[in-house]
Amino acid sequence: MAEIAIKGVAKRFGGFTALHQVDLTIADQEFMVLLGASGCGKTTLLRIVAGLETPSQGEVWIGGRRVDHLPPRERGIAMVFQNYAVFPHLTVFENIAFGLRMKKLPQADVERRVTRTAELMHIEQLLKRYSGQLSGGQRQRVAVARALAMEPDVILMDEPLSNLDALLRLEMRAELKGVLAASKTTTIYVTHDQVEAMSLADRIAVMHQGRIVQAASPVEVYRNPAARFVGSFIGNPPMNFIPATKAANGDWTVAGLTLPGPKSDKQRIEFAIRPEDVDAGSEGLHATVRVIEPLGPHTLVTCDVEGGLFRAILDSSASVQVGDRLRLAPKPDRIRWFDPETTNAL
Amino acid sequence: MHGKALPYLLLMPATLFLCIFFLYPFVLVAFEAVTRDGAFTLDNFRTMAGGWKFPVTVRNTLLLAAIVVPIQLVMALLMASVVSRLETGRSAALYVFAIPLGISDLAAGLIWLAIFDQSGFLNTLLSSLGVVDKPIMFLGYQSKLTIFIAVALAEIWRATAIMMVILVAGMGLIPKEYYEAAEVFGASPWQRFLRITLPLLRPSLQTAIILRVILAFEVFAVVAALGGTNLPVLMGETYNWQFTLQDRNVAAASALLILAISIGFTLFFLRVLRVPKEARI
Repeated sequence: MAEIAIKGVAKRFGGFTALHQVDLTIADQEFMVLLGASGCGKTTLLRIVAGLETPSQGEVWIGGRRVDHLPPRERGIAMVFQNYAVFPHLTVFENIAFGLRMKKLPQADVERRVTRTAELMHIEQLLKRYSGQLSGGQRQRVAVARALAMEPDVILMDEPLSNLDALLRLEMRAELKGVLAASKTTTIYVTHDQVEAMSLADRIAVMHQGRIVQAASPVEVYRNPAARFVGSFIGNPPMNFIPATKAANGDWTVAGLTLPGPKSDKQRIEFAIRPEDVDAGSEGLHATVRVIEPLGPHTLVTCDVEGGLFRAILDSSASVQVGDRLRLAPKPDRIRWFDPETTNAL
Repeated sequence: MHGKALPYLLLMPATLFLCIFFLYPFVLVAFEAVTRDGAFTLDNFRTMAGGWKFPVTVRNTLLLAAIVVPIQLVMALLMASVVSRLETGRSAALYVFAIPLGISDLAAGLIWLAIFDQSGFLNTLLSSLGVVDKPIMFLGYQSKLTIFIAVALAEIWRATAIMMVILVAGMGLIPKEYYEAAEVFGASPWQRFLRITLPLLRPSLQTAIILRVILAFEVFAVVAALGGTNLPVLMGETYNWQFTLQDRNVAAASALLILAISIGFTLFFLRVLRVPKEARI
């Protein structure tokens, strides 16, 4: 059992605050992805959990034990580094065995565990090689095998797939998910790739400027962004935002359209809709088509709505031309509203 | 101009320089070592080896190297580790450690002579503290051991920094991630030193040790200043043959012997500390 609790963790580097009072609880065996753009503090948070960085304040608990004052080796964790950090002077076997040798496990146990994890990662034929004789993908496998061989309570991964080419990344992604689910460890996985985050995570913690903006399931994060940033960061293309002004009867006017919306004393809020959640028809937002990108299963149409860019994903059978005036009807249950000042969802 | 020829062309002046001012005299010396009055002979080596001082000089030189170099290696590793870990004042520490490098070996010998001399700092200190009532002859001809210790101290003081500088540069080449990985996977600071730093530092260790061992076999001025003729070493004997005994041929043979020992140890360390190509960083 290894639940991870991060309580009020903050980190300052000189005058720069990398993390502001972060709170996050990760359940036993949960796969948590920390997602954010570079510089948002996600790697710093991971390194604080690992013990490679000390928090300026706050507590880290792993498996009911406070660990923020302990060195990394006493935290029951294993880690996969972005550049793999596969030791060049050791064979693949000795790399995977490194942590087990540090624990002074008997040779028979070391061999058994190394062989087992090497088979799991399909690198059993590479055990006698050195890191310099391996490809990037193989090094990645060694790094994961080294972490799994520890049979840790917690595995921490720092952008483990970012140095692989696109095809290999896809393959490793699926494999990692299977292997980690079978290993029953709690995982924290740092990435800036939203597709990776969506496909791997039980829960995603979206980070922005040293804060966790939202921590929820991938579908929840996608469908119900807690803040404007989440909607604009997740989804490709991202959410569309249009200013909305108060109309009569508590309704809101959006690009000439009157829609029922949240109760608010504000005069102006923001309307948001995902590109795939609009239908072209006889009613809806007035849009002028600017760019058309046929993508096969559907067509991405970039339009002008109220002088701002608006992207819509339409069926590829829809015949639209540049310059066409469309009416785009938002699906009522998919409309989201944001407070422009706090940027939070309403 | 053909692109492939350019690098060789650029190396030409340096190569020529080395040929004229190093290779040519070297051949002359080698020739002198194996001839006498124009005839080929090994007599020069026999004369050299037959001198009563010869076994003592070989023993002293090897013993000095065997004691000084390991001590320097350990100290240099320690100093380099400390300097590498500094976040501020790193170059200041490096400069302070490197000061003895700027002093010639004879000057270094004289500095330590000023310490150990009968009227030197050490005697002055001891008598002012009342430990001794009259100055001690540290470097007299009966106290060979003290002379040896004084020479070893001076050598350590003088030439540890050169090893340290090489090791600091080598440590800077080891990526930080290896240390972090080792730390996460359970290695204590000492284990990280043994299992990450030392093996990955092998190329630099090789350079540092070879350089230092060669210098150790060439030890001369420090010994001359502190021991005079009381601690004969190979280089001192070569000097004696050349200038005191006026026998250039035996002096040349003696110089060749030093070269042979240096080459032998260089090959030994190249082999022992070799890093296989696939295991490099």
